[in-house]
Amino acid sequence: MLEIRNLHARADETPILKGINLTVKAGEVHAIMGPNGSGKSTLATVLAGREDYEVTEGSVTYDGEDLLDKPAEERAQAGIFLAFQYPVEIPGVSNSYFLRTALNAIREARGEELLDAIDFLELARDRMKLLKIDDSLLTRGVNEGFSGGEKKRNEIFQMAVLQPRLAIMDETDSGLDIDALKIVAEGVNALRSSKRAFLVVTHYQRLLNYIVPDFVHVLHDGRIAKSGGKELALELEEKGYSWIEAEVAAS
Amino acid sequence: MAMQDTRPATHEAIQQRIDQEYKWGFVTDIEAESAPPGLNEEIVRFISHKKREPEWLLKWRLKAYRGWLKMKEPHWPNVHYAPIDYQAAIYFSAPKSTDAPKSLDEVDPELLKTYEKLGIPLKEQEMLTGVAVDAVFDSVSVATTYKGKLEEMGIIFSSFGEAVQEQPELVRKYLGSVVPQNDNFYAALNSAVFTDGSFVYIPKGVRCPMELSTYFRINAANTGQFERTLIIADEGAYVSYLEGCTAPMRDENQLHAAVVELVTLDDAEIKYSTVQNWYPGDKNGKGGIFNFVTKRGACRGKRSKISWTQVETGSAITWKYPSCILQGDDSIGEFYSVALTNNYQQADTGTKMVHIGKNTKSTIISKGISAGKGQNTYRGLVKIMPKADNARNYSQCDSLLIGDRCGAHTFPYIDVRNRSAHVEHEASTSKIGEDQIFYCNQRGISTEDAVSMIVNGFAKEVFRELPMEFAVEAQKLLGVSLEGSVG
Repeated sequence: MLEIRNLHARADETPILKGINLTVKAGEVHAIMGPNGSGKSTLATVLAGREDYEVTEGSVTYDGEDLLDKPAEERAQAGIFLAFQYPVEIPGVSNSYFLRTALNAIREARGEELLDAIDFLELARDRMKLLKIDDSLLTRGVNEGFSGGEKKRNEIFQMAVLQPRLAIMDETDSGLDIDALKIVAEGVNALRSSKRAFLVVTHYQRLLNYIVPDFVHVLHDGRIAKSGGKELALELEEKGYSWIEAEVAAS
Repeated sequence: MAMQDTRPATHEAIQQRIDQEYKWGFVTDIEAESAPPGLNEEIVRFISHKKREPEWLLKWRLKAYRGWLKMKEPHWPNVHYAPIDYQAAIYFSAPKSTDAPKSLDEVDPELLKTYEKLGIPLKEQEMLTGVAVDAVFDSVSVATTYKGKLEEMGIIFSSFGEAVQEQPELVRKYLGSVVPQNDNFYAALNSAVFTDGSFVYIPKGVRCPMELSTYFRINAANTGQFERTLIIADEGAYVSYLEGCTAPMRDENQLHAAVVELVTLDDAEIKYSTVQNWYPGDKNGKGGIFNFVTKRGACRGKRSKISWTQVETGSAITWKYPSCILQGDDSIGEFYSVALTNNYQQADTGTKMVHIGKNTKSTIISKGISAGKGQNTYRGLVKIMPKADNARNYSQCDSLLIGDRCGAHTFPYIDVRNRSAHVEHEASTSKIGEDQIFYCNQRGISTEDAVSMIVNGFAKEVFRELPMEFAVEAQKLLGVSLEGSVG
């Protein structure tokens, strides 16, 4: 589904990604871990299509097509979803209006029928139950005055409505207490399917107790320094990131 | 020429032009459909004659005209434009069939077609929306609907010209009572040469059951538009009035100087909503309407209320301050505004709330949106007079910037002469962030739709005040007006 080959990217003049290689197949859950500044969030953002980053080398294909050529909205329409680390507020625009506009933009791009307000509401309510989200979230402005936990839950709710094929979660666990974390993880687990892949970017192993990954990759200085199974995350939890840095230095 | 004597020397240039007209041999031709270009007493008389007006109104116009000659064009607004040649404009132009039609069937089908292009199918509106439409095409009313139904309730909704003929006492009593003839340069010009507009009278205790709506449109080239609107809500009456405008493409700047007067007596309420979408000029700032309007309401009665809601997206230059004079005790004034300037558009708009009576309240919500090289100015006055005990005002002025070549300016004037007053003013300026755009893009929404959505969210508090159908129209309008503002 996703093929990242020797990906280099920089912000302003500073290189951040320095040769990422990663293959993600449908149905898989990949965890991207690493210390602060290792390039985790940059990878997530570059895949989503933010223009602040310049790709200087390498390629990314999604479903066999060049992904880097496409603007962000086309990537979203093709089924890529980014759960933001810091979701922005859009004052005065209701969550339901925003999400219906998004869903219909995606459906339109795919030549599917548009949902009217009533059908949308039905779908949204169904997904809200899944995430144990209160109805009032729909009428509130997008992330307007939301607590940190509400914002993150709203991201997962949007994911549940938009049904992406590749979901990228950028530090969704940061700032969540354990109860909120469980709810978010339950939501993600409910969305796991053989047709959908997840890229879970996280600093801590904690989230991976609830969203159990198939693969764990450790990012260090813009490259994947180590890959392994879910046990690698436990090892990181125990030993921290320094031993990886030492390994990289030794090689 | 007798009037030469009354004209001050400073108007030498104008005089020269007038003399020139005479050289061309202009004489008052009452059969003419249009007046020749230029402005002088003869033109004022010509208009009054064409409108078959009573003597008092002609005198009223002439007084306005003579006052205007002594006035100077104001240059204090924060707008810039080339000098206007008032002698180059045509001050009266009528469509060919000047006899007022009694039903839509009598209306020139070509005119109806034009309205359809503007999205105002009169017949459909009559059947579907329950909106009574008094359509002004150029300077003469061509269609009035629902008049019969309103008449049964004693409501008068007619063209201004008709009202002069049929309701002379009401017109004479209230005309100029809120905006005096020589209130300001443009109001004086309007008072001298206004051709038509709307007149509404809601009798005591009557609640107008439908939104009254007028669509204005500038049609013939070089025709200045000088609408005159007068709305009176008698004791305990209520009316919601909608004013919407669109104008076709044209190259030359056009002056639009309307005057709107509202009067509410005891316990009466007028809600006046405007969507203004005159031609804003092209992307390079060429052409567009100069919209210099005087709108003012007087809450004469106790517990009366006047509420202005405006969505200003059009015109090259917008210069207007819909105001409330809160004379009656416990009266309420409201002003809700969205003003959008894109490309080279300029807007200097706001309100005046003058608190005279006791326990008077006013609310001002202003949302300015600037894009392209647009300049947007909020200018507002809150004045609490010495006898206005316990007056309250709340003002909120928010500006939204799109891109980095536009401007937002705020000039709030607060003049408090009574110690018991409570006046609050809040202001904010924000910019549509790349973060917001990217967030929308990442959800599959195009940048253009994202901007439109963010702007509509910003203006939501004002749209909430608009009647439903108008709110939908206004939202679309914002999107259309911002097309191409983010590249």
